[in-house]
Amino acid sequence: MKPFTSVRGKAIPFLLDDIDTDQIAPANLMRTLTPDYSTAMFGHRRENAIAAGSALPFDLPQFAKAPILVTGKNFGCGSAREVAVWALAENGISCIVAPSFSAVFRESCLKNSILPVTLDGDTHAAFAQAVRLDEGRGEFIADLHRQVLSTPDDAEFRFDYDAQERETLLNGLDDVSATLRYSAEIEAWEQRCKQTMPWLRRAALSVDG
Amino acid sequence: MNLGAETATLFDLIWSRHVVTQDAHGRSLLYVDRAVVDDVRAHFVFANMQRRGLKVRNPDLALLIQDHAVATFPPSQDSRSQEFARATRDAARENGIHLFDIGSSRQGISHVAAPESGFAIPGATYVSVDSHAPTVGGIGALGLGCGSTEMEHVLATQTMWMQRPKQARITLTGAPGFGITAKDIVLSILARFGRETFRGMAVEFAGVASGLDVEARMTLCNMAVEMGARTAIVAPNEKVLRWIGARAGAQAEAALREANMIAPLRSGDEARFDLDVTHPCPDEPQITWGTSPAQAMAVNGLAPCAADAAMQQGLAYMDVAEGEPLLGKKVDYVFVGSCTNARYDDLAAAAQILKGRRVAEHVRAVIVPGSRSVERQAVENGVKEIFLQAGFAWGETGCSMCAGGGEKIAPGTRVVSTTNRNFENRQGPGVRTHLASPLTAAACALAGSICDPRPMMQRDGKRQT
Repeated sequence: MKPFTSVRGKAIPFLLDDIDTDQIAPANLMRTLTPDYSTAMFGHRRENAIAAGSALPFDLPQFAKAPILVTGKNFGCGSAREVAVWALAENGISCIVAPSFSAVFRESCLKNSILPVTLDGDTHAAFAQAVRLDEGRGEFIADLHRQVLSTPDDAEFRFDYDAQERETLLNGLDDVSATLRYSAEIEAWEQRCKQTMPWLRRAALSVDG
Repeated sequence: MNLGAETATLFDLIWSRHVVTQDAHGRSLLYVDRAVVDDVRAHFVFANMQRRGLKVRNPDLALLIQDHAVATFPPSQDSRSQEFARATRDAARENGIHLFDIGSSRQGISHVAAPESGFAIPGATYVSVDSHAPTVGGIGALGLGCGSTEMEHVLATQTMWMQRPKQARITLTGAPGFGITAKDIVLSILARFGRETFRGMAVEFAGVASGLDVEARMTLCNMAVEMGARTAIVAPNEKVLRWIGARAGAQAEAALREANMIAPLRSGDEARFDLDVTHPCPDEPQITWGTSPAQAMAVNGLAPCAADAAMQQGLAYMDVAEGEPLLGKKVDYVFVGSCTNARYDDLAAAAQILKGRRVAEHVRAVIVPGSRSVERQAVENGVKEIFLQAGFAWGETGCSMCAGGGEKIAPGTRVVSTTNRNFENRQGPGVRTHLASPLTAAACALAGSICDPRPMMQRDGKRQT
C-alpha cells in the first residue's frame, strides 16, 4: 500500500448527509469487471445536476484533481462495495472529512491509502465553512503526521487519530504481512479451538450443494 | 475467558472466544470461522490476491455464492453478469472453495443460504463482503461486513483486526400486535433513533425479540445495518437449534447443543451495555415515506413536514407532499424478496393475504425467494401456487431488485418493496421505493395502492374482506 503522510490541494465542499455508496458507485453504471470510474462516479447525481442546469462540484474546473472532499454525516453508508472507494481514489480524492462515516466504508478507505478524517460537529462546521467560503481558490492541507487540517489562511484544525491506523497509513504497511507476524498465535488459536470448541472446526459444509 | 458469566454480554462471549491476540494499540486479532464472498466481488478479491501472491489459508472455511448478478428471469442474464458468474466459478475452482452455483440445490442469497446450509452457525464469527452480513445474528452468529481488500486479508490469514466496538441493547417491549412483523418493529426503531445512535456498535435485540421466530430475528439483525450498527445479534434458543437441525441436518444441531452446554450463548443477568434502551413494538404497520430507511412512519399516518433539506429532498424524490396520507397512493410495482424478507415465513405471511385474490390490474408484482430451500418449502406447502394464482411473477433466487439486478423499471415507478434500502435510484434511476413488510407489500399489490394489510388478514380464523 502506498503511504499517506499529507496532501495539499483544493477542497471540495459536498456538504450533504447520508451519501450512500449507491450514489457514489451506482450498481447499473459500475457493475462490470472494468468500470469507468470517471463517468460512473456519482453518475445519477451528475445526470440530475445537468438536467437541472447545474453541475456537481467534482466537475467544476476549480475542483479539477482536488484531493480533499468535505462532506456530511454517515458518508459511505449502505452497500459495502469497495468500488465506491476505488472510484473516489481514481478521481483523485485522497482525504475525506466528515462528522461520521459508515464503519465498513471507513475501513476500506484505510486499505486504499485514503485518509478519512472524523471531526466533531462544531469543528466540522467551522472547517466546512472555510472550505465553502474559499470556493476552490486556495489550497488546503491534510497532514496526518501533525494531525492537522489547514486552510489557505493557515487556520489549523487538529484531529484525533487511532495510533495504529496512523502508523499503517504513514508507513503504507501491508496488512497481510503485518498479520502474518502473528502466525504462531493464529496456529495456537486453531489448536486450542480443536480442543475447546471442536464444533467450530468441523467441516463447515458436509456434502456438495 | 475470564469475564464473569453474569456480567458478560453475548457479544463479549463470542468476541472473547475468538481473540487470537491483541496489539500494542489495543486492537484485537479476531479469528474468522466462516467467510463468504459473493459473485460481484469474487473477481476483485481473488484477482488481487493472485497479484499480491496471497493464498487462501483455509478453503474449507470459505464459501462462494452467486447471488447479486443472478438473472431473475433467465435467460436474461446480461454479458456483464455472465462475466461475474464465470469469474466466481473460476475463483472456486482455482482456490478449492465451495460454491453455491446457479442451479445448485443450496443456491440462495448469501445471508439466507449460509445459515440454512449450516455454514453459518451460532457462536461463530461470519465475515462477508456484503454489508448485510449481520443478518446471521438472527441465529446467534457474529456477522461482520467488510470491503474487498479486507476480505483478502481474511482469506489469507483467517483473521480480522478490530477495535472492540461499543455495545447497545435494544429491549423490545409490549407485544407485536395483529399484522405487525419484525420489519415493522425495526422500521419503527429506525424512525425513532435514526442512523447515528447505534453507529459502529454491536447491537443485541432482547425482550420480545427472544420470542420471535428465526426468520423474524434475521430481519431485525439485517436492518440493524441501516441503523449504522457494526453487527447485531439475538441470543439463540431452542427454536434456533431446531431451525438449523431441520435445514442443515441433525449433526449440525447436535454440534450446537454441545456448544451451548459449555456456556450458554446469552448475555448475563448483570451484563452492562454502553447504551441500553427499550423500544415498544409499534401498533401500526410501518412504511417509509422518503429515501432513507429511517424515514419511516405508520402506514395510516401522514407524511411529515420537512424540517430540513434532507427531508425536503426525500419527499420531493418520492413525490410525497408534506402532510399527505400515504394510504391510497397508487402503486405500480411490488417486490417481495431480499436477505431482509425472503425467507419462508415471509412468503407464507404474504400468501395468507394473497390466497384467493388477484394482484390489481395495473400492478407488476414480483416475488424472488431467498434460496432454493425456501423455494422448495414454498412449493411443498402450496405457497408458490398462491403467489402464481394471485398473478405474481416468480423469479430465480438471488438479490434481484434489491441490488441493482432484476428487471429494469421506468423512472417514476412507485414500488412497495420488502427490501432494506430505499435510497435514490437504488431500484433503478428515478424509481421510488417504499420499504414495508411482506404483509403490507402483498396487500398493496392487491389494492394497487398503499394500504394497511390488516383488513385483508384472517383474524380468529375468519378472513375479513
